[in-house]
Amino acid sequence: MRARTIAAGLAVAALTLPLAACGGGDSASGDAKTIKIVYRNYSDFPQMDTFMKAVKKEFEAANPGITAQLTPVSSLDSDYLAKVQLMQRSPSTAPDVLFEDSFNVNADAAAGYLLPIDDYLAKWPDWNSQFIPTTKQAGKAVDGKTYAVPMGTDSRGLWFNKDIFAKAGLPTDWQPKTWNDVLDAARKIKQTQPDVEPMYMPLGKPAAEAMSMQSLEMLLYGTPTKDLFDEKAGKWVAPSKGFEDALGYVRTVMNEHLAQTAAQAEDTQWAQTQMPLLMSQGKIGFMMDGGWYARYWEPGGVAPWPEWSKTLGTTTFPTQNGQAPGKVTLSGGWTLAVGASTGNADASVKFIQTALNKENSASIDVACSWLPVREDVKADPRLAEKDPTEPFWSSLVSFTRYRPTLPEYPQVSNAMDVAGDSVVNGGDPAKAAQQWAQDVAKAVGSDKVKTG
Amino acid sequence: MRRSPRLGVWLPPLAPSIVLLGLFVAGPILWCFYAAFTNSALSGIAARRPKFVGLDNFTTAFTSPDVASSLWLTVVFVVLSAVVGQNGLGILLAVFLQHRGKLLRGIVGTVVVAAWVLPEVVAAFAIYAFLNAQGTLNEVLGWFGLSQNWLYTAPMLAVVLANIWRGTAFSMLVYQAALSEVPSDLVEAAQVDGAGPVRRFWHVVLPVIRRTVVTNLMLITLQTLGVFGLIYVLTAGGPDNKTRTLPLLMYEQAFKFGQIGYGTAIALVLLVLGAVFSLVYIRSLKAEV
Repeated sequence: MRARTIAAGLAVAALTLPLAACGGGDSASGDAKTIKIVYRNYSDFPQMDTFMKAVKKEFEAANPGITAQLTPVSSLDSDYLAKVQLMQRSPSTAPDVLFEDSFNVNADAAAGYLLPIDDYLAKWPDWNSQFIPTTKQAGKAVDGKTYAVPMGTDSRGLWFNKDIFAKAGLPTDWQPKTWNDVLDAARKIKQTQPDVEPMYMPLGKPAAEAMSMQSLEMLLYGTPTKDLFDEKAGKWVAPSKGFEDALGYVRTVMNEHLAQTAAQAEDTQWAQTQMPLLMSQGKIGFMMDGGWYARYWEPGGVAPWPEWSKTLGTTTFPTQNGQAPGKVTLSGGWTLAVGASTGNADASVKFIQTALNKENSASIDVACSWLPVREDVKADPRLAEKDPTEPFWSSLVSFTRYRPTLPEYPQVSNAMDVAGDSVVNGGDPAKAAQQWAQDVAKAVGSDKVKTG
Repeated sequence: MRRSPRLGVWLPPLAPSIVLLGLFVAGPILWCFYAAFTNSALSGIAARRPKFVGLDNFTTAFTSPDVASSLWLTVVFVVLSAVVGQNGLGILLAVFLQHRGKLLRGIVGTVVVAAWVLPEVVAAFAIYAFLNAQGTLNEVLGWFGLSQNWLYTAPMLAVVLANIWRGTAFSMLVYQAALSEVPSDLVEAAQVDGAGPVRRFWHVVLPVIRRTVVTNLMLITLQTLGVFGLIYVLTAGGPDNKTRTLPLLMYEQAFKFGQIGYGTAIALVLLVLGAVFSLVYIRSLKAEV
């Protein structure tokens, strides 16, 4: 009996624990002749792979004897982060060069996963003369050191289908002034065109950071609360009236069926694969999303749509009651960073410098419909040529907000996802906002929160 | 009393497997035990310098409604999909196919085993294509006006069906092997005594293969406790956490929210659940011997 129990216990452990078994060995880092480049490659995002292959060629030709080993990670955005952080935990799997969302640079720097590269950047003329100062913040951590070089930035607003607006009797040069204007437009579309889904915004657990940043924070920053983090007080603003209102907006949208159904929001594949297609088929009135969306409709994208630039209009997302400054946008962006355990920091930095020289920086911004972070790329005519809405999205950068660049941000954002997800599925906004405030206090420490 | 052989005799040949077991089985478990008492995280300062937090993770886990609901969902998932579904269907198929034509056995066998040999994620995508709102099932049900989004309206049913579909082959194969070992004269004798097929199965066949039943139950229970990829692809634990079993909760806490220490504490809860199931099975075997 006893032996059998032990055997059973071992069997249980053997079957269930590999899941938990992570973390790891401290074997030596990779050799100096090879640098490993880790980035995301998935059917919704083929541009990065094409780009990296080209950069590899250029880099290897200029640096004989050094191999750039491309290590694409096949996953959606939401899984990419966890996968990369697991790779970073052990020096034997850690990347030398890493494609990283700017919101995570701080947390990864605090974890010791990234290498400060200020000394290298100081000697790089492009960095000093061409990179736009505000965008450099994307790679800078709270310790004042720079860990990553921005590849491009972005801004958020509203894309709307002019044909659908015309049919609904709405202006085709739409400029909503308040949240209610936005909701009213959706209601009109719903009344006049029952087969059209009035609006779309990133919602549901699978949307992860997209829901918290592009939907909830876009709303929150347009309320009188304004902030998620109060820089002056050095405190997170939770609980806040603004966040509850943001959740209330989501509740209204779900209750009145103005956006995607909860089932679509919870579908793990829908937003990436079905959504761009529905938009291109004229089945969605307007969407609250980012300027990079154009890449989905371009040839080779998820849903090629040659007429998109004629059919779609763009406009800014308003503040809650139209209060100053009247409009809201948020910026983020992707960066290239160097892994702390790299065996060849020189080559890794050189790879980044090659990847983000004028020519390559322009090519990735054009391919991904990102906004340039270099002065000399800004002027590149290919940007507006390929994407006529680019000047509009660029113009938003003058009043844009960035997510709080703090190591705790990813946890606060996750707590936002939990609150948002509960409201999408019928939860009460007030309760969800309360729970969120508790989760934030738990994550950042109750001495670091204030009411807003 | 038999003298046990000396250490020097049995240890050398066993050493490599003991080392491997220690490294790959005991190692992760011990690491898990250690991590569960720290605030170890995926990123941020706690990733570099995890602090010892005592029983904090466990107090959080035992007072958390999330853990309670996931524990319940895990039990429901295991009982419905493994104990009732895979095990029941497996034994039914094995009995039904016994003494049937080669062709029928071949066809049914191939269909059932096909789901089993597919890699978990591929199988999950296949059933996602079958069950989602635009999927095959709804195309067919649509003719009768019954279509609906199974993954949303009945998510637990969907993942249970998926796991039954995927895992039944294993039970079927186990029972086919066991049934072929049942002495035919026993069954024939019962038949001569006038016992019908149900009684023959219940009173003659089942007692003979009882050990196989328990072994099979134990194996599929432990496998099902750890099911992750299947549910993750189908529903990612949603909607509204209605299919968030313990492995998904653990993944969410450890890898989405970065709380590795807390995640491993949940893994230990899963371990205990597995042990409880195993004990129940072993006891049931003992009680009737």
